[in-house]
Amino acid sequence: MTFTATLQRELLLAWRRPAEIINPLFFFVMVTALFPLGVSPQPELLATIAPGVVWVAALLAVLLSVDGLFRADHDSGALEQLLSAPQNLYVPVLAKLVAHWLLTGLPLVLVAPLLGYMLHLPSAAIGVLFVAVLLGTPTMIAIGAIGASLTVSLRSGGILLSLLVLPLYVPVLVFGAGVVSYAAKGLPVSGVLALLAAMMLASFTLAPAAVAAGLRISTGN
Amino acid sequence: MTDLPLLQADQLSCERDDRVLFEALSFVAHAGQIWQLAGANGAGKTTLMRIIAGLHGDFSGRLSWPAAQARNEDPRQQLLSIGHRSGLRSELTPLENLRWWLALHQAELDVAKAEQALALLGLAGYETVPVAQLSAGQTRRVALSLLWLLDKSVWLLDEPFTALDADGVALIEGRLRELADNGALVLYSSHHRVNGEARQIRLGNGPGEVL
Amino acid sequence: MIWKTLKRWYHQLGSPRYFYRFSEAVLPWLWPIALLVTTVGLVWGLAFAPEDYQQGNSYRIIFIHVPAASAALLGYISIGVAGLVNLVWRMKMAEVMIKAIAPFGAVLAAIALITGAIWGKPTWGTYWVWDARLTSMLIMLFLYLGIMALIHAISDPRQAGRAAGLLAVVGVINVIIVKYSVEWWHSLHQGSTIKLTGETTMPAEMLIPLLLSMLGIYLLFAVSVLWRARAELLWRERKSAWVKELL
Repeated sequence: MTFTATLQRELLLAWRRPAEIINPLFFFVMVTALFPLGVSPQPELLATIAPGVVWVAALLAVLLSVDGLFRADHDSGALEQLLSAPQNLYVPVLAKLVAHWLLTGLPLVLVAPLLGYMLHLPSAAIGVLFVAVLLGTPTMIAIGAIGASLTVSLRSGGILLSLLVLPLYVPVLVFGAGVVSYAAKGLPVSGVLALLAAMMLASFTLAPAAVAAGLRISTGN
Repeated sequence: MTDLPLLQADQLSCERDDRVLFEALSFVAHAGQIWQLAGANGAGKTTLMRIIAGLHGDFSGRLSWPAAQARNEDPRQQLLSIGHRSGLRSELTPLENLRWWLALHQAELDVAKAEQALALLGLAGYETVPVAQLSAGQTRRVALSLLWLLDKSVWLLDEPFTALDADGVALIEGRLRELADNGALVLYSSHHRVNGEARQIRLGNGPGEVL
Repeated sequence: MIWKTLKRWYHQLGSPRYFYRFSEAVLPWLWPIALLVTTVGLVWGLAFAPEDYQQGNSYRIIFIHVPAASAALLGYISIGVAGLVNLVWRMKMAEVMIKAIAPFGAVLAAIALITGAIWGKPTWGTYWVWDARLTSMLIMLFLYLGIMALIHAISDPRQAGRAAGLLAVVGVINVIIVKYSVEWWHSLHQGSTIKLTGETTMPAEMLIPLLLSMLGIYLLFAVSVLWRARAELLWRERKSAWVKELL
């Protein structure tokens, strides 16, 4: 019951504040667009760097969005209500992460193939890019949420959060971008995709516990 | 069995920013009692409340819930804490906020009952207005409507009378006495003292005293 | 029997007062030994060990690089363990240890990177290459910097210790995955590079000074951590009776 109630609440809050969904998406597109401008518009070059560029942009977009995951609840006192309630924090936290993926991750997943196309990624790779980002965004949100839970009570928030979380993002980045490069070269991708799926399952099931611990630490327990 | 205290504190000590807030504080609270935490601002009332609510862990001494433990229950199940900040999201309406809050306590929102409680608190017509449009006093009253919507045996209220006018204060006071008469334990922090036999914990003069 | 002794030590060292007395007794002879072992190991390795058949004399930097790198990794894992202990058992000493280890571990990671770069110049012609080891070590440095930044950002020392501990626990779980992913990434983009030691087995004349250097650097690390932990402990417990007696 708490799961659905929290999920509903998060979706409702996002509906009332659409900027939270739209801004990360704009950021994703704009950052990706900067690379041809900053590097070169040459198709072969773009095709080579495309996997990495799209992944880094997605990573940064998720990182930015995850900073606000608990902040409003913390500032309004709703977080303390959550923490002093009689149930296990795991469930409402999981609901928050699921909601956040639906609102932030899913749009990135849907737009990523378009960006891949714009960066001249071969069509074989674009399908793999879609699947990889689909599997990678939950992992990034889960790990980012752990960082967010530790920094929610701090003013420095955003930059500090990035420092804490970026090293932890390296595996997702490496495998996510790597599998797309594999696909572009015609190499088999199922192994790495399975790895990404495993990481997603592991992080999404384990992170809520770490997030719950982080929230308790941040509120003084 | 029924005479076991609901809440017992033994030698609670807490420090913040190199200041001793209270030291070796001990008290025993039973069902049906109303306790007032008194003291100047910054004396440690909120900290003590948060310790009892399980939010603040940096203290020494022991806090126990004998009645709940004897029944092998989780003491948190019967506790509701309404904190200093309202706990409401300003983008949501009072009803939407209450729905989530009640779900946290595994309770369904009975809309009619909620509207009744809100009306009692002078918020009729505001049930579906985003909380951002309510004043501080109105926001506080939305949170306090939980006093009517949940059945708990221990209530922790941090500054419940803030931003309430005389009528509001009387209303809340009455409800607190009702809850105590029905067997609940009420702990509230305030400068205001509820008429009647409220026990007191005074903080701010050194270690803290129980009266 | 051993288990009981270990348990006893664990509880005793968990008490700030006992730890302080323990470290007071241990430090005076530990630091000279640490210095001695390190000096012997380094001098032997840097000056007296035989030349490597492939790399000549430039390989000698491994006598600093390998100990520093492995000590940095050990330090991070220690922080993770201390973090776990702190989260589960709320032991104050664990928080103190986290704060004591972090800066030294970061410095060791930096030394490993710099010595790796110095080694790289004569071997690869450039100070920096994105090979698996150096890149993993760079990420380890970032992980350390993250811990230190978090500790610095939180004003309440208890909260800082607990938060850094949780971050370290998450980081340690990740470190294995990071290492594996970086190696996979590296094999994806480049052929195999020259391994740092040139061959997989080392003759005794090289191995012994290497082990001595490692032992020495671990001991120096431990000495530094103990010193810093003592200082941190005195500050934290400055209100308590036993500290007031001391000072």
